[in-house]
This record gives sequence, C-alpha cells and structure tokens, in this order.
Amino acid sequence: MPEYRWPEMSKRKVMGKRLNRLDGVEKASGRAKYSSDLNKPGMLHGATLVCPYAHARVKSIDTSAAEKHPGVTGVHVVSPAGTEIQWAHWEVAFVAAETELAARDALKKIKVEYEVLPHVVHEKDLNKVQSRAKAAGEQIEGDPDQALKEAAVVSEGFYGIPVLEHSCLEPHGNVVSWTPDNKVELNPTTQAVTSIRGDMARAVNVPVANVHVHQDHIGGGFGSKFQPDRWGVAAAHLSKAAGGRPVKIFLDRQIEQVIAGCRPSAFARIKLAANKEGKITLWESQSWATGGFTGGGSPPIPYVYTRIPNQRKNHSAVSTNTAPIRAWRAPNHPQASYLTCAAMDDLAAKMKMDPLELFLKNVDLTARADTYERQLKKAAEMAEWKKLWHPRGDSGRGPLKRGLGIGVCTWGGAGHDSTARCNIHPDGTVEVELGSQDLGTGTRTVIAQVAAESLGLRVNDIRVKIGDTNYPPSGTSGGSTTVGGVSSSTRKATLNALEKLFEEVAPALGAPATELEAVDGKIQVKGNPAKSLDWKAACAKLGVKTISETGQNIPRDAPKEGLNTGGVGGVQIADVTVDVETGIVKMNRIVAVQDCGTVINPKTAESQIYGAIIMSICGALMEERVLDAVTGRMLNNEMEFYKLAGIKDVGEILVHLEIDEINDKRGVIGLGEPPAIGGIAAIANAVANAIGVRVPIVPMTPMNVLNTLSGRMS
Amino acid sequence: MPRVTLEVNGQNRAAQVPAGATLLEFLHDGLRLSGVRAGCEEGTCGACTVLVDGRATRACMITASACQGRRITTLEGLAHNGALHPVQLEFLRHASLRCGFCTPGAILEAVALLEDESRPVTKRRIRQALAGHACHCGMHARIVAAVEEAARKMGRLHGRDDQARDPGGK
Repeated sequence: MPEYRWPEMSKRKVMGKRLNRLDGVEKASGRAKYSSDLNKPGMLHGATLVCPYAHARVKSIDTSAAEKHPGVTGVHVVSPAGTEIQWAHWEVAFVAAETELAARDALKKIKVEYEVLPHVVHEKDLNKVQSRAKAAGEQIEGDPDQALKEAAVVSEGFYGIPVLEHSCLEPHGNVVSWTPDNKVELNPTTQAVTSIRGDMARAVNVPVANVHVHQDHIGGGFGSKFQPDRWGVAAAHLSKAAGGRPVKIFLDRQIEQVIAGCRPSAFARIKLAANKEGKITLWESQSWATGGFTGGGSPPIPYVYTRIPNQRKNHSAVSTNTAPIRAWRAPNHPQASYLTCAAMDDLAAKMKMDPLELFLKNVDLTARADTYERQLKKAAEMAEWKKLWHPRGDSGRGPLKRGLGIGVCTWGGAGHDSTARCNIHPDGTVEVELGSQDLGTGTRTVIAQVAAESLGLRVNDIRVKIGDTNYPPSGTSGGSTTVGGVSSSTRKATLNALEKLFEEVAPALGAPATELEAVDGKIQVKGNPAKSLDWKAACAKLGVKTISETGQNIPRDAPKEGLNTGGVGGVQIADVTVDVETGIVKMNRIVAVQDCGTVINPKTAESQIYGAIIMSICGALMEERVLDAVTGRMLNNEMEFYKLAGIKDVGEILVHLEIDEINDKRGVIGLGEPPAIGGIAAIANAVANAIGVRVPIVPMTPMNVLNTLSGRMS
Repeated sequence: MPRVTLEVNGQNRAAQVPAGATLLEFLHDGLRLSGVRAGCEEGTCGACTVLVDGRATRACMITASACQGRRITTLEGLAHNGALHPVQLEFLRHASLRCGFCTPGAILEAVALLEDESRPVTKRRIRQALAGHACHCGMHARIVAAVEEAARKMGRLHGRDDQARDPGGK
C-alpha cells in the first residue's frame, strides 16, 4: 500500500502554493454555466404560487382556468384543499408553460380560498410567545447558587440576534426532466451533488439509479442548498406530465428571500459572575430561539469558554409562523459566539477591567488554552490594542467614538466521506473524478493541486471532473468538510493509480516498482534522474490499458491516517467608529487570527476568511429579516431593503492564517465556517466599547444604535 | 411583438421580444449569454451589468427595445483575440471571485470606469463605482485590489494613493 501521508511541507512542489483558481478564466470571461443558465431544447418554464398568509387553511383551489391558459402544459398543486399553511410564502402550486410570461399569467388564474388563522411571527419577547415555546429542560453544572453567593461581581444582560436570510445571488431552483422511460435528469443549484440524487429519487419514487445529477457551478449556497425542495419535486412532476420535456423552475427573488434560507435567531438573558481577580465562576442563561414553525436553533452556550465551573441553562425553542431554518455557515455558532463574548465583555466593563485581560485570564476554561492565548495576543498586536483600546465609554467628547472588541470561534472541519477516481490514460492524460461540487471555494483547484503533487505533475496536467453523479460519491459541502474529504480521497486515488503505473513501468526501468518515484513530470528510480522515463513515455507502457483506481476518505479512519482532521480556534478583533449623532457604525478594521491545518492553497484559504469576515459585517450591521406582526409577512424580501455590506462598508481586513510546521502536521482542516463565527461578537463589543453602552440587539443599525443611546432599547 | 436589433459584442443580433422584455431577458434568455447574470432582477445587486455604448448599465432595469441599435458589450465580448482584458486578468490574479455569480457585473462596471477617458480614475472613484455590486462570497477587498492594479497597468490610476485617514474618535 502506498504511503498516503502528505509530503513534508518543505518538500511540496504544488500544494501550499498560491495558485490561481482553475475555474477563474471561465468565470471571468462569461463561459461558466450555472444551472440557472440552462436553456434546453423543448424546455418549459415554471412559476410558483405562494400563500400570502402566515397561517391559513386552504378551503378550495381551482386550477381549471390556469390549465386552459394558452401555452400552459400543466399545473401541479402541492397544497390541496385542507392543507394547513404555517408560514407566508408557503408554496401552493406550480405552473409549467411554454414561456415564463405564460406561466406567470396562468398563476393569476388559479383561484384559492383560504381560511385565515391566527399567527405568531415575532419571538423577541419570550413572555408573549410562551404558548409557542418548548422548554428543553434545565441543565445544571456545579453549584450555581453557591457560586452566585460567593461572587465578587455579577453582570447581567439581555442579548439578541435575529433571523437572517441566506440571500444566494443565484436563487434556488433547477431544471428537471422525468422522461417516459422513468429516468430523471436533474440540474440543480446544490451543495450536495451526490446526495440530492437519492433525495430526489425518494421524493418522486424512482430507483436512485434512474436519477442523474449534473451541476457545473453554483451561485452561492452558504448552507441553504442541500435538498431538491418542493420546487424540484414539482418540476419533476410537471415534466412527467409534459411527456418528459425539461422544466425550469427558479424562485423569484421575493420568494427566495422568504423561504429559501433562514438562519435561526437567538435571544438570551445571561448572568455571569467572577471572583475579584476576574476568573469567571458562574454562567446562567435563559435563552430562546426560533427556527421557524418546525423549531430548532439552540446555540451552544457558553461558547468556547465552555468550562465555566458552575452553570444553569434553560433554553426554549419557539415555533413561529415563519419559514423553516436552513443550515447557515457554522450553524448556531455565530449566535453562541455573540451571546457569550458580549456577556464576557459586559462583565469586564462592569469590573473596569480590560476585556482582553478577561479573555486571556480565563483561557483555561476553553478546550484549547494555548491556542486562544496565542491568538488573543497576536490579534491584539495586529489590532494595536495597547494603543487604541480605552475603558468602555471613555471615548472623548466629540460625536465620533472609536472602540475595539473581541470575538472568538471554534469549529471541527474534518473531512467528509469522499471517494475519488483517478484515471491514467496511455497518452498520459490524467482525470480525477468526484461526485463533489465547488461552491466557489476553490474545490477544483485544491483537488488538482493534490493530484499534481502526488503524481509529480503540474496542475494543468490534471483534468478535474466534479459535479456529476456518474463520478464516485462524495459528501455534501456542509460543515467545512469538503476540503478534508476531497483532498484525502484524491491523495489516495492518485497514489493508488500511480502504484499501478509503477508496476507497468518497472521492467523498462530495470527496478522494482517499490523503488520508483514520480518527480517533475518523470517516473524515475528513487533519487536517480538518470534512470527515468518522462510521464508520457511511462504512460505509453500501458499499451491500450487505462489505469482507473479509487481512493476513499472514511471519516472514522481519518484520524489515524493523518490526512485530515478537525478542531480549530480563532480570534477576531474589530475596530469601529460610531457617530453618536447619526448612529452610523463605520468599520475601520477587522483582524482575524485563524488556526488551520495543512493548507493546500493559501490564496483560496485566505479568501474563505475575507469572505467570512464580510459576511459577519453584514450580520453585525445590516442584515435582518423584518416581519410585519399584523400580516405576518416579510417586509424586506428584496435586496434593496435586505442590506448586504458593499465595498465602502467593510474597512480594512487583516488576516493572519497560522500556517506553520506544527499546524501542518495536523492534516487538512476545513476553513469555510470558523472565520464566519466571531466577527459579529467582535463588532458588537467594539460598538459597546465606543459608545459606552451595549446595543443589545444586532444588527447595529443606526436605529438600534440611536434607540440604545436614548434609552429606548434595553 | 416588436423586433429589436442590437449590436451585441460586435455582431448585429435581432429578435422578436415581448413588449417590456428587459435587456437581461434578451441577452440571457434569448441569446443565451451566460456572462449576463440574473441576480435580484430589481436593479440592486448589479450582477446583470453590461455595457451599453460603453456605459455600465443594469440590464434588468432597461427594456430591450430601448436599446434598439445600440452597442452592447457583455463579459463574453471583453476579450480581444483571445487575450483577456486587464480587469479580467487582475480578477484572476487577485482571486477576486469565488462562486463567480456577481463577477460579470463587477468586471464590466470596472471596465466602464477604466475605459471612460473623460474622467480620471482614483482609488476613491473605484470604490464608488463598485459600491453597488453585491458579492455575498465577500470578495470586496480583492475586487478593489484587482481593479486598482488593472487601472495602474492601464496607466489610468491618477492621484496619490489615499493616505490612511484618521477614522476619528478616540
């Protein structure tokens, strides 16, 4: 069996290099095709009818006029009479027609009678939604009552973080055909090429082997694109009804923003106590969250500082008449980081202590004391903490107030189950095939780098083929598991194939296969370039035979193999200036110090961090789902009023990725999620440091900042 | 249905379009140009930006018939004889794109700015021009770096580099 371990850092020739992404040219020149670009022969266009009420029962539905509308090939009802609808924008029916216009016009002819029922959409005030709250039961550690009695200082606060929408630039949707031979062709926009195949097969009741999935590119997912969803299944049925013609359904932006992605909220009343040295002795929290009608969303608190000796926790899941949650980049962690770090920052302020000192003094309460201590100090140095930090509220007399704040993160990120196949052809071409997907993170590029490194070739010599269920199964891109999974399976597949090539080439080189190596485009006797064949000549020895070998990453075996692992920490420090006359928070700088393992491409790895920080700025200052209590509908379900940070909103971003020999020995660890966690906490604490009071609810919009300053919000 | 003729990437393209069809629909759905992206379709995200007579224009906010006879450039038409435009090249070098969905709009917005010789290009104007382009992968800093570098290479970057200004406040 080949030695799969990564070559030593200093000996790598392709891995670890800051290479440009392989799909860059096609994306920068307009050639990249997304499923929403598809325009297949005979393709029909779908449109989606949604319910305007947050809670209602369908009394009757009449589709006869719509069915007769010119160009319409079918109407598929998903909410027949009797259906109890639990959130606004719930899908009621789908129409397929020759043109998009005809489909939309036909929608208007569907007559639905609703019995409108009472709804609850707001969860901020737990007392008002008690009937919708489901308590998880009290959790106690140590002796919280005794700890409270003995505490030198107790800090109490209320904190909240709202539901956000995933806002993928490419909306959810797909092109589906279900042909008379009972085969389903699915072109989705998905983070799960391999598994969506089985999900679709179950949903339409055909054998999995009859479903083929293909996707080249995806325009954003962030955790919201795993399932075929109702529109996917409806498109299949509409295709079948139209004799197998492909049906394209992509959601309108106004629907997309409401039902195709929600991050759960989190609210908490938190009590923290410490002794007079600032050692935290007690955590008490009453927390609640909504994950939509189906519930869900429980932030893991206390976060990172999990080993507080005495704890009392009560959490309630609140069911509201809102769309169900979908996983969001590091599910529940940004919320937990915000709740915990804000409470710690408030404790430090109450003690008139530097929060950096408090975070440092308590690192033994974390699972990675050394890591967090190192990172806190490094981040403080990069953020000029000593020079710029001041006690809370001591921000001078003018209207511009500057402040600094800290946020922390932790994440797993070990590789998922992934199988790769490496084909070496007699003409020397190399294919690496996986049923994986590139979310834009650079998955294609890292696969090519690993393959090239393993085969002694260059990146351009490798043809990476992903995004298709004809390739071996590979896991979903969730949980930062992709890079660890695909790099490990690619490493094994390529080395397994190379071993076979060595066996074929060995006689020509007059050495046993075990004495050969692949270096710089040659197969040679180890350490002896004089006895070598170049790659093409070596592959020509295959005659007419193609080598095709697979390699698999099996998560439970991965730790002992050392190719990938999980478990990282990170620290972010934000530097903001708040105008207390306008309430506008301006980002000056955000510093991220991020733990990592083996980094295959530092350029794409850093991109993860840049992107994650900007997503945090969006969440801290702009993004929130605004719902109308009376109608239960979302008021900002389009991108003009659902704000994302633009280029002028983000300030300077400094990234320190801890690439070094020691971290490298841990193997590959995913970086998609960890840097997206601590930013909201850091910005919130920086704002509190600047203006002297806590803005309890994010986002820290001008309205929330001014309301806090004027005492209207507590 | 009115018949509309546009010059798209150097070629005359004619089509019958429903009244009110947008330029985005004409280019993306009609001509199947994937370098024109439908993001929000309400003029906010900027993904569908194309050049109309050299000006950056949101294709979802203008009807195809309003562009009758005008010169349209999409991302597909930017390269000359296979050589990428400096802005495209710097996007690659600076890793300014990830999922790539917003990329066409951001590149064309930058091209319009850098090729408009009637006004000087400054770092401030680059930020101003790109401020309205949504990128949820968060490549803002790298987009700016790429466009600044392209401007420099095209000899279009004027003025001294912005000094780091005191952000204000203690």
